[in-house]
Amino acid sequence: MIDVLVIGGGNAALCAALMAREAGASVLLLEAAPREWRGGNSPHTRNLRCMHDVPQDVLIEAYPEEEYWQDLLKVTGGLTNEKLARMAIRASATCRDWMRQHGVHFQPPLSGALHVARTNAFFMGGGKALMNAYYRSAEKLGVQVRYNAPVDAIELDDGRFKAVRIGAERIEAKACVLAAGGFESNREWLREAWGMNESGEWPADNFLIRGTRFNMGVLLKFMIEAGADPVGDPGQSHCVAIDARAPLYDGGICTRVDCVSLGIMLNRNAERFYDEGEDFWPKRYAIWGRLVAGQPGQIGYSIIDAKAVGRFMPPVFPGAKADTLPELARLLGLNEDAFVNTVEAFNAACRVGTFDHTALDDCHTDGLTPAKTHWALPLDTPPYYGYTLRPGITFTYLGLKVNEQAAVHFGGVPSANLFVAGEMMAGNVLGKGYTAGVGMAIGTAFGRIAGTQAAAAATGMKKENAHAAA
Amino acid sequence: MPRLEALTREASELALGIIPLNADEAEVGRVLQICNACRYCEGFCAVFPAMTRRLEFGKADIHYLSNLCHNCGSCLHACQYAPPHEFAVNVPKAMATVRGKTYADYAWPAAMGALYKRNGLTLSLATAAGLALFLLLAVMRQGSLIHAPLAGDFYAVFPHNLMATMFGIVFGFSMLALMIGVARFWRDVTPGMASSDASLSAAVEATDNVLRLKYLGGGHGEGCNNADDAFTLWRKRFHHFTFYGFMLCFASTSVATLYHYLLKLDAPYALTSLPVLLGITGGIGLLIGPAGLLWLNLQRHPAHGDARQKPMDRGFIALLFLISLTGLALMWWRDSGFMALLLAVHLGVVLALFLTLPYGKFAHGFYRGAALLKFAIEKRMPDRLRLESE
Ligand SMILES: Cc1cc2nc3c(=O)[nH]c(=O)nc-3n(C[C@H](O)[C@H](O)[C@H](O)COP(=O)(O)OP(=O)(O)OC[C@H]3O[C@@H](n4cnc5c(N)ncnc54)[C@H](O)[C@@H]3O)c2cc1C
Ligand code: SF4
Ligand code: SF4
Repeated sequence: MIDVLVIGGGNAALCAALMAREAGASVLLLEAAPREWRGGNSPHTRNLRCMHDVPQDVLIEAYPEEEYWQDLLKVTGGLTNEKLARMAIRASATCRDWMRQHGVHFQPPLSGALHVARTNAFFMGGGKALMNAYYRSAEKLGVQVRYNAPVDAIELDDGRFKAVRIGAERIEAKACVLAAGGFESNREWLREAWGMNESGEWPADNFLIRGTRFNMGVLLKFMIEAGADPVGDPGQSHCVAIDARAPLYDGGICTRVDCVSLGIMLNRNAERFYDEGEDFWPKRYAIWGRLVAGQPGQIGYSIIDAKAVGRFMPPVFPGAKADTLPELARLLGLNEDAFVNTVEAFNAACRVGTFDHTALDDCHTDGLTPAKTHWALPLDTPPYYGYTLRPGITFTYLGLKVNEQAAVHFGGVPSANLFVAGEMMAGNVLGKGYTAGVGMAIGTAFGRIAGTQAAAAATGMKKENAHAAA
Repeated sequence: MPRLEALTREASELALGIIPLNADEAEVGRVLQICNACRYCEGFCAVFPAMTRRLEFGKADIHYLSNLCHNCGSCLHACQYAPPHEFAVNVPKAMATVRGKTYADYAWPAAMGALYKRNGLTLSLATAAGLALFLLLAVMRQGSLIHAPLAGDFYAVFPHNLMATMFGIVFGFSMLALMIGVARFWRDVTPGMASSDASLSAAVEATDNVLRLKYLGGGHGEGCNNADDAFTLWRKRFHHFTFYGFMLCFASTSVATLYHYLLKLDAPYALTSLPVLLGITGGIGLLIGPAGLLWLNLQRHPAHGDARQKPMDRGFIALLFLISLTGLALMWWRDSGFMALLLAVHLGVVLALFLTLPYGKFAHGFYRGAALLKFAIEKRMPDRLRLESE
């Protein structure tokens, strides 16, 4: 019988599998996806938020535990378990050497796009390069990997893990780590979680999924129904505004549209609905998905003029482009009069001071609702550009409750041999909100803990069996 | 209707001085647009930092970036948008396709570029065989193909001046053609130059990058990809063997020429003489390098690069290997009765190589060198863009 079964094939799963194998356990990893789509959302990531007290290899200055914790507290609004959060934070300071041993490369801070080099370590080549390295290392160490293996049920015996089932196949193991991600690709479940709005629309029907199509939440649902303690709210997720032309799945990072704060954002009625200049990118980034989801038809239009070009990350799809405002409205399918009125009202309200898109500057509107509090420049320089945006779900927050051993709990009692890591338990730390790089930090910390614990549970059992035989 | 629109667009672009892209260039443009919005591969090589200085990719940018790519494969294996993703991003393949075309498109005289565009292996080998045969015939006419040992006296078979003139002309022409091609490329891709101080340090940096093959290191020094997503330094090493082997052989010939004209020392030279020592070491390098490159080429992941260029790559590799093999054989048996035969074959392959230099894989070193120089210069110029991001 195999010692440790790992379910999932993303970052958390590989961290668990590697640690369990390093601890001497035999390991079988079951990944739902075929090889070419392996890794879930992890291949779309690019960095890891790391605590450090002094400059450390690829990280500059310092990002002490307390600051990290305060950042997390702020974004979650207190929906976090301090003990578990601090464990993840501390682990993020020391995990990079272990990652390097398994072939992961970090990127020295080199370009302007990487000015977050203080808080985040960037994977050279991004998450897919990281996952490739982990898989190579796992195979070299003798971890068995099976692709196209979607687990659909788990056999439990009073909180103890027995076996998994893939259709008619049954696989037993002494211990198990669940690391099968969230439920963001399950459109039915999203629909249910977001419900119907006042206009009778199902907002989630218009959502795009930024990551994998394989995170269906089958095991999450199974476990909750089997009595495992859940944590988090199914309606919570990381939701950003992305180009409406993005593919339904796996659009990844490149479909984001970065120019919102440089212009104005309209809804389907060509009305503004939120302060585009409220704050800097990371914060904005995470709010616009929900804001767009709250608009009729779950659609938004970011409008800029020629002055903005060259000041934001180039978008993957070209925007609609026109020399006059009515023409742009036509191209975007918006009411011309309403569009022109909104832009003119905005232009008239702009109080231009010293424009600086790298600081909270003094360009703002006067007497306009909603106001634009920074970076308010009239849209008056053709050509004008418009980008159509939709809510893009990054991942969901509902998960299973854990303790410091990453054990699954049933009615408050930790399982002896069933553990959970990554997005399936990230909600313990991240009840809502998000700050870049914390998903991988949680997955790496708890993936490693779960792997170690599962190996201990399995080899401990080995000893028990030996006693029994003697 | 779409055709008409395309024609109108082309006409208006032409009027604006925008040169329309061909399908392969358009594919590089498409892929770069995605990369520029993603940028995860920033750390691998110079292509990505060069890319981020641009928002749009015109023909010249595409030629420049395509020649800056070392086809190392890292960004393909790391790509979250690689096939089967619907974006189907394959940077090395798109760039290799354009790169192969630039050698032909910039070739001088233009007609030669078209001629050498295809069937590399066949062509190279046929040229080599043809030339060898030609030389054999010449020798046979003199009735001395198999002869009494001549104690390594090559000039008894081919008079020195004949050889010097023949190879001098062919080599001179090839170098001229290559330089004209590279100069045309350079003119297209470089709108401006940095100050002369910066140019000097840029030249030093580019040379260093070329000599160390920096960008076959994968950005982390563990090498590039060949058969799969694992990194290997062997491609870099075999390139080094090939390059430095070639340079040593070249040095050997140059020293021999100097001996001949300056010191009035005629061949044959002793085994311990400088030209022979340089030639033997270079020859061994030039056996190991191309053999290794061929072996790697055969293992190469099918998604890397442009499969249609494999004959050209292998033709060039085979020629280098043959030159070295025949050269060493000539050295070994130079005192035997087969010297004339071996000499004729060796000279035949060398002549074939010289002839194909500007129109085949050899060109990649020059175009890439130029692209690296441009990168080093550009790096020293201020970046106009002020992109705000995460
Ligand atoms: C576009 C994008 C960018 C991101 N960028 C970052 C970033 O830069 N930094 C960061 O920290 N976080 C980032 N995240 C978040 C990050 O991806 C997640 O926090 C992290 O990948 C979670 O890892 P995981 O192993 O728990 O899940 P995943 O990586 O999603 O892996 C889940 C795995 O489980 C498999 N699976 C699902 N169901 C089953 C089943 N029934 N049986 C077997 N296998 C199953 C899936 O196929 C998959 O392999 C990003 C997410 C997205 C979408
Ligand atoms: S090759 Fe792929 S992962 Fe790399 S920068 Fe381009 S799009 Fe991004
Ligand atoms: S294949 Fe290698 S050299 Fe070419 S662009 Fe990709 S990483 Fe750079």
